[in-house]
Amino acid sequence: MTDQATKDLMSRKLLGRTEFEDMIVVPVFAIIVALILGALTMLATNVDLATVGQSYVALLRGSVGSLNAISETLTSAAPLILAGLGLALGFRAGLFNIGAEGQLLMGGMAAVVFGFSFPNVPSVILMPACLMTGALAGALYASIAGWLRAATGAHEVISTIMLNLISYRLLDYMLRLPFVQKEGRSDPISKSVPDAAELPRLLTFIDPNLRVHAGIFVTLLAVALVYWLLFKSKLGFEFRASGENPEAARFAGMRSGLIIVLAMAAAGGLAGLAGANQVLGVLGRATPGFSAGIGFNAIAVALLGRSHPVGVLFAGLLFGALEAGGRQMQVDAGVSIDLIGIIQALIIVFVAAPLLVRAIFPWGFRKSSTTRQ
Amino acid sequence: MDIELRGITKRFGEVVANEGINLDIRAGEVLGLLGENGAGKSTLMNVLSGLYRPNEGEILIDGAPVSFEGPGDAIRAGIGMVHQHFMLVPVFSVAENVVLGVEPTGRFDRLDLDTARAQVHDINEKYGLHVDPDALIETLPVGVQQRVEIIKVLFRSADVLILDEPTAVLTPQEVEEFFQIVRALRDAGKALVFITHKLNEILEISDRISVMRRGRITGEGDPKKLDRKALAEMMVGRPVSFDVKKDPYNPSANQLEINDLIVLNDDDEVAVNHVNLTVCGGEVVGIAGVQGNGQSTLIEAITGVRRAAHGTIKMGEQDITHISVRARHRAGMAHIPEDRHSDAFIANFTVAENMVLDTYYDERFSKGLQINWPKVYEKTVEFVQDFDVRTPSIFAQAGHLSGGNQQKLVVARELSRETRLIIAGQPTRGLDVGSIEYIHKRLMDARDSGDGLLIVSSELDEILALSDRILVMFKGQIVAEFDATKGPPDKGAIGLAMAGVTA
Amino acid sequence: MTAATDNPNTASRKLDTGKERQARIVGAILIVFALLVMFAFAPDQAGNATFRLSRPTDVWVLPNLVVPSGPFIYVSAALLAFLGVRQFVRGGGKWTSLSLGVGLAILVLAFLVWATTGKAFSLTGMLQATMVRAVPIALGGLAGVLSERVAVVNIAIEGMLLAGAFTGALVGSVLGGMGGLVAAIAVGGMFGFILAALVVTYRMDQIIAGVVINLFVLGLTSYISSQVFQEYRFLNNAPVFRAIKIPILGDIPVIGPMLFNQNIFVYGALIMVAVATYYLFYTRMGLRARSVGEHPQAADTLGINVYRTRYVNVTLAGMVAGFGGAWFTLGAVGRFDEGMTGGRGYIGLAAMIFGRWHPVGALMAALVFGFADSLQQKLALLNTPIPSDFLAMAPYIATIIVVAGLIGRARAPAADGKPYIKE
Repeated sequence: MTDQATKDLMSRKLLGRTEFEDMIVVPVFAIIVALILGALTMLATNVDLATVGQSYVALLRGSVGSLNAISETLTSAAPLILAGLGLALGFRAGLFNIGAEGQLLMGGMAAVVFGFSFPNVPSVILMPACLMTGALAGALYASIAGWLRAATGAHEVISTIMLNLISYRLLDYMLRLPFVQKEGRSDPISKSVPDAAELPRLLTFIDPNLRVHAGIFVTLLAVALVYWLLFKSKLGFEFRASGENPEAARFAGMRSGLIIVLAMAAAGGLAGLAGANQVLGVLGRATPGFSAGIGFNAIAVALLGRSHPVGVLFAGLLFGALEAGGRQMQVDAGVSIDLIGIIQALIIVFVAAPLLVRAIFPWGFRKSSTTRQ
Repeated sequence: MDIELRGITKRFGEVVANEGINLDIRAGEVLGLLGENGAGKSTLMNVLSGLYRPNEGEILIDGAPVSFEGPGDAIRAGIGMVHQHFMLVPVFSVAENVVLGVEPTGRFDRLDLDTARAQVHDINEKYGLHVDPDALIETLPVGVQQRVEIIKVLFRSADVLILDEPTAVLTPQEVEEFFQIVRALRDAGKALVFITHKLNEILEISDRISVMRRGRITGEGDPKKLDRKALAEMMVGRPVSFDVKKDPYNPSANQLEINDLIVLNDDDEVAVNHVNLTVCGGEVVGIAGVQGNGQSTLIEAITGVRRAAHGTIKMGEQDITHISVRARHRAGMAHIPEDRHSDAFIANFTVAENMVLDTYYDERFSKGLQINWPKVYEKTVEFVQDFDVRTPSIFAQAGHLSGGNQQKLVVARELSRETRLIIAGQPTRGLDVGSIEYIHKRLMDARDSGDGLLIVSSELDEILALSDRILVMFKGQIVAEFDATKGPPDKGAIGLAMAGVTA
Repeated sequence: MTAATDNPNTASRKLDTGKERQARIVGAILIVFALLVMFAFAPDQAGNATFRLSRPTDVWVLPNLVVPSGPFIYVSAALLAFLGVRQFVRGGGKWTSLSLGVGLAILVLAFLVWATTGKAFSLTGMLQATMVRAVPIALGGLAGVLSERVAVVNIAIEGMLLAGAFTGALVGSVLGGMGGLVAAIAVGGMFGFILAALVVTYRMDQIIAGVVINLFVLGLTSYISSQVFQEYRFLNNAPVFRAIKIPILGDIPVIGPMLFNQNIFVYGALIMVAVATYYLFYTRMGLRARSVGEHPQAADTLGINVYRTRYVNVTLAGMVAGFGGAWFTLGAVGRFDEGMTGGRGYIGLAAMIFGRWHPVGALMAALVFGFADSLQQKLALLNTPIPSDFLAMAPYIATIIVVAGLIGRARAPAADGKPYIKE
């Protein structure tokens, strides 16, 4: 065969118009529409136009308007990205891990307990060890659902949701155990994480109130790791094959049961890491519901990022910005931060239904050639 | 009722499935519509039955133009379609399936199944169909399910019956029974359109034949004056040889030996029942039999996808009964799965990714924990060229290739390994003639270089053309064996065996 | 050449079939139960467990049921052991599920007796509470059945319940109970319609669509609750429907109060289950709906509008869920709290699977879950040694067991979860 023919075969098509539309245009439109609908919601609940404007200004200011804002954005983004990576891994393997919230709680709890159990170990060992413990706890908790799916076919959506609900109760219980509960307190709050286990703040030399911490590096490392795992490693190939077509993967000799358990464990591990990140870098101890919905927002982050590690990174930054800005919005304009939840849900709707966006904005999209009849 | 199709054109995006079709369908006549896979026959019939709307052209019933908004309109006009893939709800009864969409009802929308049963009985009597109205579809054999499809269209007073590849799942005896029913319907004044790619059958049953190729009608003829060769040439556009070239029969050591194999299906019933068989190197063993007699389960057990409940499977000297799928591949087994689209490749993966779907862990393509993608791409280009897989790039999605090229991709993947034994299920189902010829050639090449081949196919002609020995499976057992090395065996005897009748 | 003549039936008995393994697993579980009852529940067995069967105000007053704890525990343990051993010796097929069901029932009864030793326990009250707690789960399960029978996976039941609860409280505060009820049903139907639109017309993944609706409803209701209800408290102060006793039937001992002395939500749920059963299995529209769920392409070729059928049934499902959601506010506390549905929608889905996608089955399953739910509450009051957190987990663990244990055998409508794309 000619060399030209060989070169032709090797050519990667430049991103076609439809792929570009799906990857960039749709998410951008989704965000714009969601913000507009958010404004409409505010108007509908008796918020006057001036305040709506004030809210969005605050949103912007609180997310990127100052060094403090950026620090807040990064701090909020880190656990979202980590948990989002876990969810993205799961989606790629065909698994809907709605249980990131519970895995996050387990991971954070484990990190705290490990931390205060060994307060005198030097930081250079204790901190990574706590992080690892958190990841391991999340992984084990998630693999319960994975094993159930592999062995009995139980759909992981229901089992992870149930595990979530169980984890809340489990946390409540553990926070009142004598060896966990903070001395001298009767409310459910754990002992504090020792200094040696904490993720250090990075910019205290500029301003001691800046909360951004070393968890950022952990996050970036995780992004690189997941990228390598999904696209370069053998295991990642197996995840993706199982996710796209489990039958074909089985016929090709891949062990689908093992893959399901490993994928759930990996997803749970990242969620657990997110929990450990929160506890060791921000909170310093565990309280009921410290996960604050991160596990659910991570679903949006994973979807917005198209289950691609780099996409998840950017999506997580966006959602971190929304959160940081939302807090400012609540302070400046008095609008409840739950509005951010609505905006986030709307973003997912539009990202997960490109057809919907095309229907609302027919301009800007090439007429689809795949419509029949 | 006479139907005329004038100038029908149907496009899907840029693909032209039907172009300027003119066709006459007359009452009291069986029209044979011949064309290879992908010629556009099904599309045309979907236009006629109201599922599709034509981009150009018109449909005339008894001279008057009509337009169908959906299948409901076509049904009301008296056009009934018996689909190739049955449109029956497995968990409903025969009566429920027959009346679905035109149900007799009582007060409060209550379903009147008694009336439905009675009406099914009437049709049974009139056309000699013998189907129990209360039987659940999933319990009925395929041949009977097909009769339910026919009852469905007769129930709706169809005057025109379109039969889309109806004999694909029937034994030769069932085909004969089916033809009797067709003749009875024709003699009762119905118009019938018999769509197929099988030359013998269309010659036997049709009163007139129209041939389609690449979306156009390319020939018409009188079956009494045509023969297989002429039809095949009209169908494909060039002379077609029906013989497959292969070296003289020269078997070597056993590559596959199965002893007393019992395999259970998903419902824990015995699907493979005390099967013994051997395949030697350099030999093609073909398993004939109507689908559903355990062939698929047998293949799954041999390839390792399903656990064997009892018995042994050996490859050469090695007992492989309990080893994993991957270990069997490593030992030299290649597998071309029956259900290409769902089991053989991943539509959303690229050609390159599919090419290493079962070899990515191999030292050739991997380094430690990761995959050596540059090496994969290099080899993929090689295989794509070697096996004539037509694709714009190795990074194209496999799902975008045509059926023939997808299968060639699978064959390339499997045959480019070190192989001793090749298990192929329905290797050319749904493919165009060119791809069929090519794949047959590569399979014979493998045989000639010493591999053992086990081929399962529901196309008896394919089995006859390729095999050195022919086994017939019926209800999970090997009921007959025929030697094909010294000349073609008696097709009638094979047919009887397929229906469970043994000497 | 003759065919092998071995009888397939003899062949299978020699084999290690999947069913035999399952039977053995169940047998092992039953023996574990027996040991649990023997050793964990036995110690405190001096004494009696008293079960009150009627209240002093009832028309028919029955004596209390006094169960000697010790003997009851031993008998239970023996029964469980018997069933367990039987599984090993002769188990398989129908006996496996039956034994498991019976075994679970015995375990629960033994637990009850053990927990109630030395105290009194109102059985009628328990049953009445079971029915009440089962209502949202049953309605959620029914909504799931209606939706999944046309092959649309409905994860959004939780959100629809919450929306119904919220609307019930809001509109109920302003327009009264009936107004709130109608509004809740309408809003539930609206979200059903939205789910249908996302899934059928815009071809969104069904699970993601469900999750999104849940998140959206949670966010919206929480937002309005904190933004508006704080300021305008009168908007969150709805009347609660009182129980209506049906004369004569309501006086039947033990089960009378459970079935005939409840509020309109219970009666409504029972009626809806009956109507849904008739609709699905005895009417023309029901046959068509089921065909869409089993084989949409076949239905399409017969002129049935698959898209419209899905829209209609999923919207109906939403309306049922809206009604079920209103129970939380208009049927219980009269006031909306953020996230008050607490996972009942998902438990409803489990009830649907447990009940094999049949309305009556879902109701039965909901009763089981309702029993677990009210048991957990009662036991917290009884001061049992087990911490209340673990008791609170019981319904969730039960859900997991149900979903894991039965899903292999129960069959969902064949096209469940797949979008139908008309060629």
